[in-house]
Amino acid sequence: MIDYLLRRLGLMVLTLFGVSVAIFLLLRIVPGDIADIIFESAGMVDPAEKQQIIHDLGLDQSLVMQYLHWIGGLLHGDLGYSYVSEKPVLQEIAPRIPITARLAALALAFAVATGVPIGVITAVRQNSGLDYLLRVFSLLALSMPAFWLGLLVLMGFVNWFGLLPIYDKAPGTLGAWVLMMVVPAATVGLRSSALIMRLTRSSMLEVLRNDYIRTARSKGMPERTVTYTHALRNALLPVITTIGIETAFLFGGLVVTETVFNIPGIARFLVEAIRWRDYPMVQNLVMFIAVIVVTVNLLVDMAYMIVDPRIRLRG
Amino acid sequence: MTFSRLGLAVILLLATLGSATAQKQGGTLRVTHRDNPPSASPMEESTISTIMPFSAIFNNLVVFDPASPQNRYDKVVPDLAKSWTFAPDGKTITFTLQQGVKWHDGKPFTSADVVCTFDLLTGKTNGHLRKNPHKTWWFNLADVTANGDYEVVFHLKAPQPSIMAMLAGGFTPIYPCHIQASEQRTHPIGTGPFKFVEFKQNEGMKLVRNPDYWKPGKPYLDAIEFSIIPNRATMLLAMQAGKFDLTFTSDLPPEVMKDLQSQVPQLQCELQLTNTQGNLLVNRERAPFDNADIRRAMGLAIDRKAFSDILGHGTFAIGGANLALPDGLWGWSEAYMETVPGYSANVEKSREEGRKIMQALGYGPDKMLPLKVTTRNIPDYRDAAVILIDHLKSVYIQGELEPIDTPVWYARLARKDFSVAMNVQGTGVDDPDVQYFENFLCGSERNYTSYCNADLEKLFHQQSEMTDFQARRQLVWDIDKKLQEDGARPVIFHARAGTCWWPRVHGLQIARNTIYNHWRFEDVWLDQ
Repeated sequence: MIDYLLRRLGLMVLTLFGVSVAIFLLLRIVPGDIADIIFESAGMVDPAEKQQIIHDLGLDQSLVMQYLHWIGGLLHGDLGYSYVSEKPVLQEIAPRIPITARLAALALAFAVATGVPIGVITAVRQNSGLDYLLRVFSLLALSMPAFWLGLLVLMGFVNWFGLLPIYDKAPGTLGAWVLMMVVPAATVGLRSSALIMRLTRSSMLEVLRNDYIRTARSKGMPERTVTYTHALRNALLPVITTIGIETAFLFGGLVVTETVFNIPGIARFLVEAIRWRDYPMVQNLVMFIAVIVVTVNLLVDMAYMIVDPRIRLRG
Repeated sequence: MTFSRLGLAVILLLATLGSATAQKQGGTLRVTHRDNPPSASPMEESTISTIMPFSAIFNNLVVFDPASPQNRYDKVVPDLAKSWTFAPDGKTITFTLQQGVKWHDGKPFTSADVVCTFDLLTGKTNGHLRKNPHKTWWFNLADVTANGDYEVVFHLKAPQPSIMAMLAGGFTPIYPCHIQASEQRTHPIGTGPFKFVEFKQNEGMKLVRNPDYWKPGKPYLDAIEFSIIPNRATMLLAMQAGKFDLTFTSDLPPEVMKDLQSQVPQLQCELQLTNTQGNLLVNRERAPFDNADIRRAMGLAIDRKAFSDILGHGTFAIGGANLALPDGLWGWSEAYMETVPGYSANVEKSREEGRKIMQALGYGPDKMLPLKVTTRNIPDYRDAAVILIDHLKSVYIQGELEPIDTPVWYARLARKDFSVAMNVQGTGVDDPDVQYFENFLCGSERNYTSYCNADLEKLFHQQSEMTDFQARRQLVWDIDKKLQEDGARPVIFHARAGTCWWPRVHGLQIARNTIYNHWRFEDVWLDQ
């Protein structure tokens, strides 16, 4: 077990190194740099002033030096300064992480809380009217683009209730947070919910046809126990994988939701930082998201071992 | 009869007095903002994204009359300068400054601050500015000297009445001497009616009332909050729901403004000329566009009304380099415009002339001149470029769209790495001095097409020195005509866009001929 964890941790470090090199190089391959962007708002380019900016920001150093400077700082907890706001990167990123984290957590909670039970119900009541209805609903949820659904929800709120559930200012209490985030979380979580529901259903249908389920039923075990203790536990592995993938997606891929609901999270911020070629901001944000993704992957693998002890034995 | 007139006069007087004393103190003005401002320093930027939220932190020496909807160089009123006198030769202006004015950090404002500001603007000192986009405005300013703590003298190389327009513009705030100018990008300090509180990237900006403001009783608002909402649909819904009091200036295309007003009839909205023009850039250093005839034919192919109808639902104005009348001050009269090649109402006749030019050069329906129309890859530019490509076909030119990402757009223009480009650009002040010296002077950084005409430059200077408005305007018209004839940068349209606010917002006077001024907010109050 410890060997396995150490091996995984080693792989995590290698993955993060690869990500750091990739993002560093990709950013510099993309045409345009911060000096160009700074002049965009001036409507002109002064070559001497541009050269001075490049020099001041250290962009005239070799790529190797720039990379070492960044990684060296990162390892010492110094993320550098944003080219745009001229503030420490950490100071810019830190307040935004909890916003996205809470939105993602709420969306995931919504997706799991609705997707898994509905998946089980539709599997248990296969080909019933309810099954058809919920399957159509899940297809709809999968098909609707998040920005379209988000705007529809906002229009509904404005027209029917005369209010708009968008981020206004940081709420003071957890309750106020939940109230503000519940609509965007449900909107973004709906797609994940439909995905989890369909996976749970197909996985459950496969498990429910197994001999050991039939044996459990023939021994007179209550249907609820058969479904939730024996069938669901065995059907959960692909669902856990999906939840892991969705968690990673929700952390870095909420651009549309954050834009439509005007939430100042890291996804929208990252897109803006890329537009500005704000290298320190983009590099550190991408590294942060990469850390989340590899950590979630590790947690998912560990969850496999808890759900299915056979994996632990084989490992 | 006499009595009723007297009664009416009394009622009007009472109403005037009533409205003059009706301003209410307090409240937070909530304003939408379209995008993240590049910085908080108006001196370093050319974008309204910075000017609108941060102008209220500063004062100028003089300002355009805030009660007048048209900005004019001869209608400026005192700000930090309480009076001024021109020397008889017009080459020296002496400003007497307000006393008792304090910077937001408590330090006193003196003439040294004015000198420092203009040393920065003219490039004599740097102050760690990243860029100085309006340096060309001060081509005629030889020096600024202090005469005691409360008097400054502007020494001009030649008389220049329009310098007052540049002093009054939103890009000329007075900066404090005791603070590095670069710090204004992140934490601006001024003498203005509102103090800076915070600027959260991609989130918003907050200003609060300056309790020590030197204009007694002002400002009326407690605070102003700008929320950055890049998604227009969300912004419109937020406005509709009453979450905000005012939209970002000129953020609403005409058709969107009309739709919003139909949804919320009580909203007050105004369409204004944004002082943003769409123009055609032809690289005269690159063959075959070094041939003046080809450039002329391209100019003749443009149907300006079609641009206005398609892009602005018929609201865009048509004119030359200077803003069109009646909102602009220096635009051509309609009769004069008819005499300018390519501006005739009879577009087909112009195009026929263009086709003849191209045929003489060997082009025709079977041998079209291929070219790339380079443009910035955002809708305002791209849509105009697509229409332009369609129009160019009428003179045997086959265009292909080449969209360029924003980060490299100006770098491409600066390198002259284009043949033909569709450009949209704003000008801070509606004045020929700004327009000509910024965009058409030989070697100017914003002279994207490298147009250089020494004879015309003499006329630039000549008009700049003229004090008689009518005579100067006539010369400005002639210069503008020559610029269009030379294909220096054929102007296609002057855009209009809308701003809306709820009726609870009072004291807001939007300028008809620029979006870059009137954002001091010191006369704005909320009735709630």
